[in-house]
Amino acid sequence: MTRGGDRLLVAGESAGPVIECRSVERRFGGIVALNGIDMRIERGEIFGLVGPNGCGKTTLTNAITGFYPPQRGRILLNGRDITGLAPHYIATLGVARTFQNLALFNGMSVLDNILLGRHIHMKPSVARTALYWWLARSDETLNRAAVEDVIDFLQLEGVRDELVDGIPIGLKKRVELARALAAEPSFLILDEPMAGMNQEEKEYMARFILDARDERNVTVLLIEHHMDVITGICDRMLALNYGAMIGSGVPADVVADPRVVEAYIGGAHATR
Amino acid sequence: MPPAESASAWNFETDSTLIRVLAQNARALPDCVAMREKNKGIWKQTTWQELLDIVLCCAAGLEGLDFKAGDVMLVLGDNRPRLYAGMLAAGAINGYAMPAFPDATLDEIRHFVHEAGARFALAEDQEQVDKILDLREQGATIEHIIYDDPRGLAAYANPGLISWDALQAKGAELLARNPNLQNELIARAQPEGPAVFVHSSGSTGKPKGVVLSHRNLLAGVRNAYLGGAFQFGESILAYLPIAWVGDFAVTMGAGMALHFTINIPERQETVLQNLREIAPTFYLAAPRSWDNLLTTIQVRMEDSSWLKKRVYDFFMASAISAEKRKLEGSQPTIKQRVLNWFGEWLVYRPIKDQFGLTRLRGAFTGGEAMGEDTFVFYRALGIKLRQLYGQTETSAYNAIQGLEEVRLHTVGRPLPGVDLRISDAGEILIRSGSVFSGYFKQDEATRESLEDGWLHTGDAGYLEPDGHLVVLGRLSDVVHTAKGERYIPNYIENRLKFSPYIKDAAVLGSGRDALSAIICIDKEAVGLWAELRGISYISYADLSQKPQVIALIAAAVKHVNSALPDGLQLRKFVCLHKEFDADDGEITRTRKIRRNIVEERYKPIIDAIYGHQDTVMMKAKVGYESGEVGIIERTLSVQEA
Repeated sequence: MTRGGDRLLVAGESAGPVIECRSVERRFGGIVALNGIDMRIERGEIFGLVGPNGCGKTTLTNAITGFYPPQRGRILLNGRDITGLAPHYIATLGVARTFQNLALFNGMSVLDNILLGRHIHMKPSVARTALYWWLARSDETLNRAAVEDVIDFLQLEGVRDELVDGIPIGLKKRVELARALAAEPSFLILDEPMAGMNQEEKEYMARFILDARDERNVTVLLIEHHMDVITGICDRMLALNYGAMIGSGVPADVVADPRVVEAYIGGAHATR
Repeated sequence: MPPAESASAWNFETDSTLIRVLAQNARALPDCVAMREKNKGIWKQTTWQELLDIVLCCAAGLEGLDFKAGDVMLVLGDNRPRLYAGMLAAGAINGYAMPAFPDATLDEIRHFVHEAGARFALAEDQEQVDKILDLREQGATIEHIIYDDPRGLAAYANPGLISWDALQAKGAELLARNPNLQNELIARAQPEGPAVFVHSSGSTGKPKGVVLSHRNLLAGVRNAYLGGAFQFGESILAYLPIAWVGDFAVTMGAGMALHFTINIPERQETVLQNLREIAPTFYLAAPRSWDNLLTTIQVRMEDSSWLKKRVYDFFMASAISAEKRKLEGSQPTIKQRVLNWFGEWLVYRPIKDQFGLTRLRGAFTGGEAMGEDTFVFYRALGIKLRQLYGQTETSAYNAIQGLEEVRLHTVGRPLPGVDLRISDAGEILIRSGSVFSGYFKQDEATRESLEDGWLHTGDAGYLEPDGHLVVLGRLSDVVHTAKGERYIPNYIENRLKFSPYIKDAAVLGSGRDALSAIICIDKEAVGLWAELRGISYISYADLSQKPQVIALIAAAVKHVNSALPDGLQLRKFVCLHKEFDADDGEITRTRKIRRNIVEERYKPIIDAIYGHQDTVMMKAKVGYESGEVGIIERTLSVQEA
C-alpha cells in the first residue's frame, strides 16, 4: 500500500503541512480545555486524535474549524493563518467535517443532504434563480454530478432517495461522510465516524477513509476511540488528556506509551 | 419503423453465432438502444453499433493477451455491461466464458477454475479481483485478470492485472492496424463453438460444467419465441445472476437474437427501484423473487392507512376468487367482472405502477415450482404470470404455459422444436437443438445423461392427455414414508413457503411414519408482525421461539395441511434458530435446499421430533467475524401441527 508521505504533489498544492497548530490554548471560564497544543498534519496523512472523554478532542476540531477560536496560539491551514476566521469562511478554504452526534437533516432525502455539502461551490443569486434555465442549470448539473460521484464512491445508491430518518445509523454516518466529501475538501475532520458501529460497518468505514485519502487527495484528522482503527489506518497520532498532549508519533509507539495507557485504561494496568 | 422490420424479417437462423447476430443488429439498428446502464444516478445508453465495437475491441484485446481458442475466462461479478460484452467477446474467439456466482465461496470457484484450467478472469471490481488473487496464491492457473471498475485497484502491482479500458484500447489499436480483423472476428466463431460455460445448480451433488454452443442457445431462443415466450424488441431488466443459465439465455441469447433493450440495474440493492423506472415488458424471476415481491406488497399494505387496507382487501379478494374460478375452468361471475373493472383503476394498476409492472407482457417464473397463492395473486393483479420449465442442459427453454392455458399443476406444453417423452421410470426425456453436447470433462456423467440424443433431465413427470407437462420434482427426490406414501418434499416445502412468514422449510419423513418440518421464519415479515403487536425480541433466534410466533407458524402449517392428503400432513414442526444459508451449505446459491446437509446438521432436532420430545437443545458453531469460533446453545420447541 502506498502511504501518504510518498505521494507526489498534485499541481497547485503547496509543500508543507496541511494544518499546523502552534501552542493552541482555549479556555471556557476557568476550565482549560486546550493547553498549548502543537500539532502538524502533513499532506496525505491520516492523523489520529485520541483521548478520554472530555480531554479536548472536539474542542481542538472546533478551534480549527472556527467555532471556538483559540485564545492563544495560531492555527495555519496550508501555511495561511486562519486563527479567528469565521467557520463558513474556513469551510470555503477546503476544510470539511463530520459531527460526533449526527447533524443530518432528518426530513430530507439522502441525496439532498449530500447536495448540501456542495453549498460552498454554489453561487446563489436572485438573477440566477429567476433565469434558472440560462444561468444556473449547468451549475446544478455539475453539482449533482459531483454528488453522484460521492454516492458511487461510498456505495449509497440503494438509499439515495430515502429519507435520512429511516436509514440505519451506520448508513447515516456514511451520509455524513458523503456530505463532507461532496464539498471536495483538502482537509477532512472526522469526529468519531465509527461510534456505534459493528465490526463490518467499521471495516467498511476504514476502507472508505483510506480510499478517500488515496483517490480524492484528502488529508484526514480522525478522532476515534477504537484503537484498532487508529493503529490500523493512521500514519501518525496525537493523544490528549485534560487538554494537554501526552503522546504523539507513530500509533504503535503512542499506544504503548505508559501515560497513554494510564489515561485510557487506568493506573493499575499501566504498572503491569 | 423500417429498421426493426428488416431485423425481424430474420427468420431465426439458428446456424449462426451470437457475435454474428450482434453484427446483424448493429447493421440493421445501429442507433437503437441495446443496453442501458444506470450509472451515477443516470441511465446511460449503448447502441447496437457501440456494443458491437466494444465487443470487438475486447475480443481483439484478448487476442493481444494471447487468448487462444479453447481458453477459459472466469467471469466474476454482478450484471455489468462490460461483463456481458466480455462473455460475448470470449465466445467470438472460440473461448469459454465461465460466469460464476459473485457470492460463491472461494472453494467453489477454485473447483471450477481448476477443472477448466482457466487462464483468464474478468472481474467486476476490487472485491472480485481480491478473490482471484487469493485463488492465484493457492495455485490457480489464472494469468490475466481484467477488471471493470478500477476503484481501489490503482495501487495493485500484481502481474497480469489489466483494466478494461486498457484492454479495449489495446484491442482498438489492433483493429486499427489490421482492417480485416473486424470482419474476421465476426465470422470466426462457428455455430457449434462454445457460447458460454455455465454450471448446473448442483442441488443433487457437485455442480457440473455445461458448455452451450451458439447453436444450442439460438435453438432454445427460437423454440421459446415460437412458443410465444417473447417477441422482438422486448425491454428487460438484467438482474438475475449472470452465472444462471436463465440470465444468459434471456439477456444474451434472446437479447441478441431478438434485439431486446437490455437494462442493467445500478446495484443489486436497487433492483426494485430500477424495475419501477424501466417497467420492462419481459420479466423472468425465480418463484422466490415473486414471493419476495408479494411479501413486499403485503408488508407495505399492512403499513398503509385503514381505508386503503379495506379497499385493497376487498378488491384483491374479489380478483383472487375470480382468478380461481378461471383456473377451475369456469368464467368469472358478472359481479366479479364489474368489480375487477373498478379494481383495475383503484387497486391493481396503482400497485403495478408502484413496482414497474404495468408494461409487462411476458411474466415468467422458473427454476422450481411456485406456490399457488403467489401465482393466483399476480394473475389477479392482471399480470399474466406463466411458468417456464427448463434447465441448464437445454439452454433454459423446454416448455412454457400458454397465455390463457394456465393450470396450476402443469408447466404447459413442450415448446415447438422440443421433442419430449416420459421414460418407463417416469423421467422426462428431451430432444432438441437446444440440448447441450455433454458435460465439461465428465464423460461418464455425459453418457448417463445423453442417450441417442435424448437428454435425461433427472426430473420426474408425466404428460396429461391434452399434452400439458406435469413436473413432479427431481426423480431422486421422490421419497416414501414408512407406510409407502410417495411424495416430493420440495412440493410441500413450496406450499409452506408461500406463507409470507416462512422463508424456508425442510420437510422430513422419508422412511418415517409421519411427516414433519423444520421451518425458518421470514425475519422481515415476522419481525414487522411482532412489532405491530408489541412483541419485543432481541434476535432472529429469540423471535423464532416466541410462543406467539410459533402459533402464527402453526396456523400456516395447518393451512398447508388442509390441502394435503391425510397420510402426507405435517404432524410436527420446529422453528429453527437461524435461516438456511448458502454460506453454511444448507441451500445452494439459487436457494434450493441441500437435504442431506440439513438432515445431518439438524439430526438432534429430527431425533427430538420423532422421539416425541417437547424441546430440543441445539448446539451450533458460529464463526465470528474476528475469526473466532464459538458455540451457542439454543432450546427449540417442538410443536404439534
